[in-house]
Amino acid sequence: MPEAQRPRPQPTPETRHFWDGTKVGELRLQRCDACRKAYFPPRPFCPHCAAREVSVFKASGKGRLYSYVIHHRPVPGFTPPYAIAVVELDEGPRLMTNIVDCPQTPEALVLDMPVEVAFERLDDEITLPLFRPVKG
Amino acid sequence: MKPGSIAIVGAAETTELGRIPELSQIGLHADAALNAMKDAGLKPADIDGIATAGETPVTVAHYLGLTPKWVDGTAVGGCSFMIHVRHAAAAIESGLCSTVLITHGESGRSGIARTRPAVSPGSLQGQFELPYGPMGPPTLFTIPVLRYMKTYGLTHEQLAMVSVVQREWAAKNPRATFRDQITVDDVLNSRMIAYPFRLLQCCLVTDGGGALILVSRERAKDFPRKPVYLLGTGESVETPMVSQMEDFTSSRAFRVAGAKAFAESGITHRDVDHLMIYDAFAHLPIYGLEDLGFCSRGEAARFIWERNTAPGGKLPLNTNGGGLSYMHSGMYGMYALQESVRQMRGIAPAQVPGAKLSVCHGVGGMFAASGTIIMTNEAP
Repeated sequence: MPEAQRPRPQPTPETRHFWDGTKVGELRLQRCDACRKAYFPPRPFCPHCAAREVSVFKASGKGRLYSYVIHHRPVPGFTPPYAIAVVELDEGPRLMTNIVDCPQTPEALVLDMPVEVAFERLDDEITLPLFRPVKG
Repeated sequence: MKPGSIAIVGAAETTELGRIPELSQIGLHADAALNAMKDAGLKPADIDGIATAGETPVTVAHYLGLTPKWVDGTAVGGCSFMIHVRHAAAAIESGLCSTVLITHGESGRSGIARTRPAVSPGSLQGQFELPYGPMGPPTLFTIPVLRYMKTYGLTHEQLAMVSVVQREWAAKNPRATFRDQITVDDVLNSRMIAYPFRLLQCCLVTDGGGALILVSRERAKDFPRKPVYLLGTGESVETPMVSQMEDFTSSRAFRVAGAKAFAESGITHRDVDHLMIYDAFAHLPIYGLEDLGFCSRGEAARFIWERNTAPGGKLPLNTNGGGLSYMHSGMYGMYALQESVRQMRGIAPAQVPGAKLSVCHGVGGMFAASGTIIMTNEAP
């Protein structure tokens, strides 16, 4: 029997650029050409001013740990305890993720600590943007 | 809505609460609806408007033998019923219908014929939240609270006190699921679910239902029960993704719904005798007290710690024991409304003496939606 896997995202036409990006090691965000605000999750228009003229750009992949919980119950594809985290990117938007290369404890998971993207390949199509503490 | 123009004249929960293996989800809707119609002295032929969530209004109308000329299937989670009350008030006031039935039923524990919308792996949550391992509300609703704790210095002990105080209210309520007193240590020693939340800071999972019947003020005195008048209503939504909340220390949907209801009613916070804030988890009364304007930002935990919301306090909160101790079927908002109606009728198990004005505030999803209803037992 194959090992249980975490839920697999299914890209849509509006989000394809994001998943194409993670596959080649880029965290891609969008920015409005009119009001210049960066936003997430992906959509083909600006959620701030509704302009349809928007651009995809490669984000720095850097941010800080914004909030999280540490789940203590079993979930297929995960070994408890594991943190379900929200990272605030340097560009502004926040996204849900997991924190890797770090003990899953309140002592190690310190709010506002710097983190950087760490791509985790699920299969040929999907690579997830996870994050790890910035060393040093 | 003009304050006082609409009244609740029928209100009831299911005959049983807790574990109800003999009724399916639609059966719980019906049991509550039949109890509410009996409460109001009405028959199905008298009902011309239907609103519900969980089941569709089509199913409920068919099952109960109703012929509605107004329907509302707003389903935005546990506060759907507050929003139904608001929509029903507007519909009655504008003449779309005259007698609205709002039903809820949920086989949360027994899981008999429960309808649960599946989240598509291509939806926003399916792509950008589910792959990271959340498993239901205990792992999602709770995510903002560490940010709140860091911002305002909320302590684990203060967060635990929310559960302790609500258990004090539950102890006065024979229908409450949990009635034994607990301490802050009990809460902090209970099983870890999703740090920083432990078992006693998470809501129950039970079976149950409830229903309400609304008519215009002009007709309200023709019913057997003391009418409960609507003074103000509010509703809003924010995001289906908790990770995308604008502010992790405050709910935009709470602020919008609450401010609208208060403005419509013309009351001040000082006028409020009784308060319900949907408590799926222990942090919700804290967010609610602040976002509704009862406390300044960062002050609600201390307000609760100092027993202002406890029995004997100046602002009785969640007097049925709440979702943490009374019951929680999944969409708890209906039970908060039922307790506000009981308090306004003067028949609550933990009755607030002389209470004339109740504020009832609901949440849907994980801070996704909100509805606020302000009611009074004083005829306009």
